[in-house]
Formats: sequence, C-alpha cells, structure tokens
Amino acid sequence: MALRISLKINGTAHEVDLEDARPTLLDVLRERIGLTGTKKGCDRGQCGACTVLIDGRRMNSCLSLAMSLDGADVTTVEGLASGDTLHPVQSAFIENDGFQCGYCTPGQIMSAIGLLAEADGELSAERIREGMSGNLCRCGAYAGIQDAVLDAQARLSKGGRS
Amino acid sequence: MKVFDYERAESVGHAIEAASKTGAAYYAGGTNLLDLMKAGVRQPDRLVDITRLDELKAIETTKDGSLRIGAMVPNSDLARHETVRTDYPAVAEALLSGASGQLRNAATVGGNLMQQTRCAYFYDTNSACNLREPGVGCDALEGENSKHAILGWTKACIATHPSDFCVPLAAMGASIEVAGPDGRRELNLDDLFELPDETSPPSTRLGPGELITAVILPGQAKTFVGHSRYIKLRDRTSYAFALVSAAALLDVGDGKIKDARIALGSVAAKPWRVRKAETLLNGAEATEASFWKAAEAALADASPSGDNDYKIELAKRVLVRALKAAAAGTPPVMPALPGSVFSMTEETGS
Repeated sequence: MALRISLKINGTAHEVDLEDARPTLLDVLRERIGLTGTKKGCDRGQCGACTVLIDGRRMNSCLSLAMSLDGADVTTVEGLASGDTLHPVQSAFIENDGFQCGYCTPGQIMSAIGLLAEADGELSAERIREGMSGNLCRCGAYAGIQDAVLDAQARLSKGGRS
Repeated sequence: MKVFDYERAESVGHAIEAASKTGAAYYAGGTNLLDLMKAGVRQPDRLVDITRLDELKAIETTKDGSLRIGAMVPNSDLARHETVRTDYPAVAEALLSGASGQLRNAATVGGNLMQQTRCAYFYDTNSACNLREPGVGCDALEGENSKHAILGWTKACIATHPSDFCVPLAAMGASIEVAGPDGRRELNLDDLFELPDETSPPSTRLGPGELITAVILPGQAKTFVGHSRYIKLRDRTSYAFALVSAAALLDVGDGKIKDARIALGSVAAKPWRVRKAETLLNGAEATEASFWKAAEAALADASPSGDNDYKIELAKRVLVRALKAAAAGTPPVMPALPGSVFSMTEETGS
C-alpha cells in the first residue's frame, strides 16, 4: 500500500508517495524531490553533512524517518538565497574561507543557522566550536568555519535576515 | 533496512496497543533506533510512532515540588528549560555534554534512557554478541574492549550504558513513569536497568508494550543546586561518548559536607550510583583527601573486563575532579564546554 506524506520544503508544498516507510528525509530530499544540496556523508548521524532545518530546528535528515515528518516544514541549503542574494551565513562562509572541497558545507551552513537561532545571547568562538561539533570537515577548514559563524553572527545582529 | 509496518499513535493507549504485538518498537527521536536498523542490529516488524503524543511533551512542577518531564521532550529543550537550568544544573550540563546540537534537537528523554550500548561488537552483526542474540557468546571479551565495563559486568556481557543524562539522574534518585497493557506504574530509574548475570545480557525491566511516559526529578535534589557538576572524560573535547563520567551533587556548609549524591557513567551496563561513597562523604570535610577516600570506595569493587584497567584509575580521578568542581560551586553560567575538564573551576573556587 502506498504511503503519502505532505512536506513543505523551502516554502513549497510537496506530496510524496512512498512505497514503504523506510525512506529517511535525506533520501526523500535527494531521490524524490531532486534537492541534492543536502549531502549524504555517513548516513549514520555522525558527520552532519545532511543537516537541515525541520520546523526551524537543525537535525540530521539521515536519522529522520520521512513518514514521521508528515506535515513538517523543512529548509534545505537550496532555500536560503533569494535569487542571487545569498543568506548572510552563506556569504560569511565564502568570505571567511569556510570550506575547501565543499562537501560538508551545506550541512555546516544549515547547522550554523540552527546554532545561531538557538543561541541564548552572543556566542564566543569556543561556544561556536562546541556548537558546531556535530559537523565534520575532513578538509579541516575548521578555523575558517569558526570565523564564518562569528562573522555571520555579527551580520545577523546588525539586522540581517535570519 | 528491512521493510516494516508504520503506525502513528494517536494516544498513549493506542501506542501501547500497537506496540504490544510481537516485533514492534516505539519510534521517538529515531537517532539511535534508525541507526541500529540501518546496521541490521534491530529489525522491527512494526514501528509505532509516538512523536505526535503531546501528552508526553510537558515539563511541569508537581504538587510535591518534583519536576515531571514528559518522555518526548527533546534533550535540547530540556537542557534549555528554566527550571532545569536553575534547579538541576548537573542535568543540564550532562545533556549538553552529549552528542551534537542536531542530535540533541531530535533525541528524546525516554529515548536517552532506552539507548543501546555503543559496543562495536553489538553493532557488527558478523560478531558474536549475547546482547544482540542471547546465547551466542561475546566477541568483545577477546576483542577491542578498552572502553568496556569495569563494574557489574559478567562474561555474558561487558557493554556499558553510554548515557550522560542518566548519570545525574541516577545520582539524585530520579524515577520514571511507565504505561503498559496492565496500566501505569512508577519505578526508580535505578530499577529500570537489569545488570547482566552469568548467562544473560543486561536488559531493561520493561514488559512488552510498556512505554516510558515521564522522568521525575525529586524536589529534594534542589538542595544540591549550588554544588552540582557533571564531568566527562572522552577521546575528543566534544561530540564523543564518555570513557568515564561522574556526577557529583553536594550540600556543603562551613567546609563540611552535609549530604552527597554520586554516580558514574560509562563504567557499567547502567548508570552507577555509589551509595557507599556518598555515606563516607556525609559529615566529612570538603577536602581532596575526603574525595579520594570516597573515590577509592566507589571503585573498590571494580575489575577490568579487558584492556581497560586504566578506566578504574581514571574513574577515581574523574570522580575526585567532579567532587572538587562541585565543592567549588555550580558555575554561574553553563560553561562553553559542558562537562569538560577544560571548563572546571575547582582551582579558583573555595
């Protein structure tokens, strides 16, 4: 029996029919919706490359059963920019060399947006390093990532959009 | 992953009915269960999704001053909750020392208690594991076992319970509420976990279909609010399971300990409260010498289950550090590195 779920993804409503209940949100995003910005790294919740916002909170889409998310509001990296205008966190990653190969970057950016939204007051560099520890970067661009998140925090506090 | 039936529970009663059938499992945050299903370790025939059960999402102070936490509260929400931060700081610190921001947003209170060991032989379906398949043996005994149990283990199983959250809960004597086919009951968290015996692996004392609905933090534990710490040693500073951890809750006045609550994590198949050490501290001076005495007593029954003799000494030192940090006082704000020895204040404290 086919299973149907509704998801709002980057502001657009989608109805998805699943053959069975196994697909994760990550698989639905990549294989069914065609949004491949969200990356499958470890597929086990260890690397953070699949991080998206689910109802505004950062989560590992590889460990989220799509069936369970029926009706959820999902934001992926594709939903951040307005045309050619990048989200402040995206701009901060570019200007601070927050990546090398780029594979982990969508997850890093989504995680950073989630972290800044969760933050209770201004985050120090140390709190950012701790808060971003669920996102691995095998190129080792961590110094740039930390600077990018610090910079993004400053941009957003100056009235940029979140 | 094996195909499974999916059922979304509309009420606790519905959930219990659906989960009482053979091969069913509850689906909450999914962070542990889906991982195990991908590895083939768990192969449920049916998932009963309890994520829509709003009655399991409340945090409320009860008439007797305890804090009742619904089993579906995400770890991050609990750590951020005003009452938890102010009245149960070691619980907040333990929660924030665990996993990652993403996982804490998904993982739930009930799921944290029910999480499985991280023993590599449990995860590897080509290995013998009594916990996964009772009676087949334990490859960890002769394998890579440097992180395994030093207390309460038998040849049947040397796995540890990996939770951070459960350690301060065990220390303060938290209890849980359970709903099942035969109604509701309450039990001490300590009684949820059954240690291995000579032939059986560790287990939980939950019957078929039983569901943890809430965790209750005793109001009495607020006496420790000024002297509460959770310290966790791990291979890297963040996002790693504990090698050894300790929760220390003290009631200190005029340099003397009036009351103490202590538990160790990642040393056994359950969070390990050490009442003997607590008794030694009651009435003692809050000095390093007293803490060492307590630590020696806490680990008196420990023995290595493999290449992990070091964990016995490490556990003593972690406990002493946690007691010193607790005696110095609960930090006024949550440290940037929760539970880390790099965020300790005992040297600058009283």
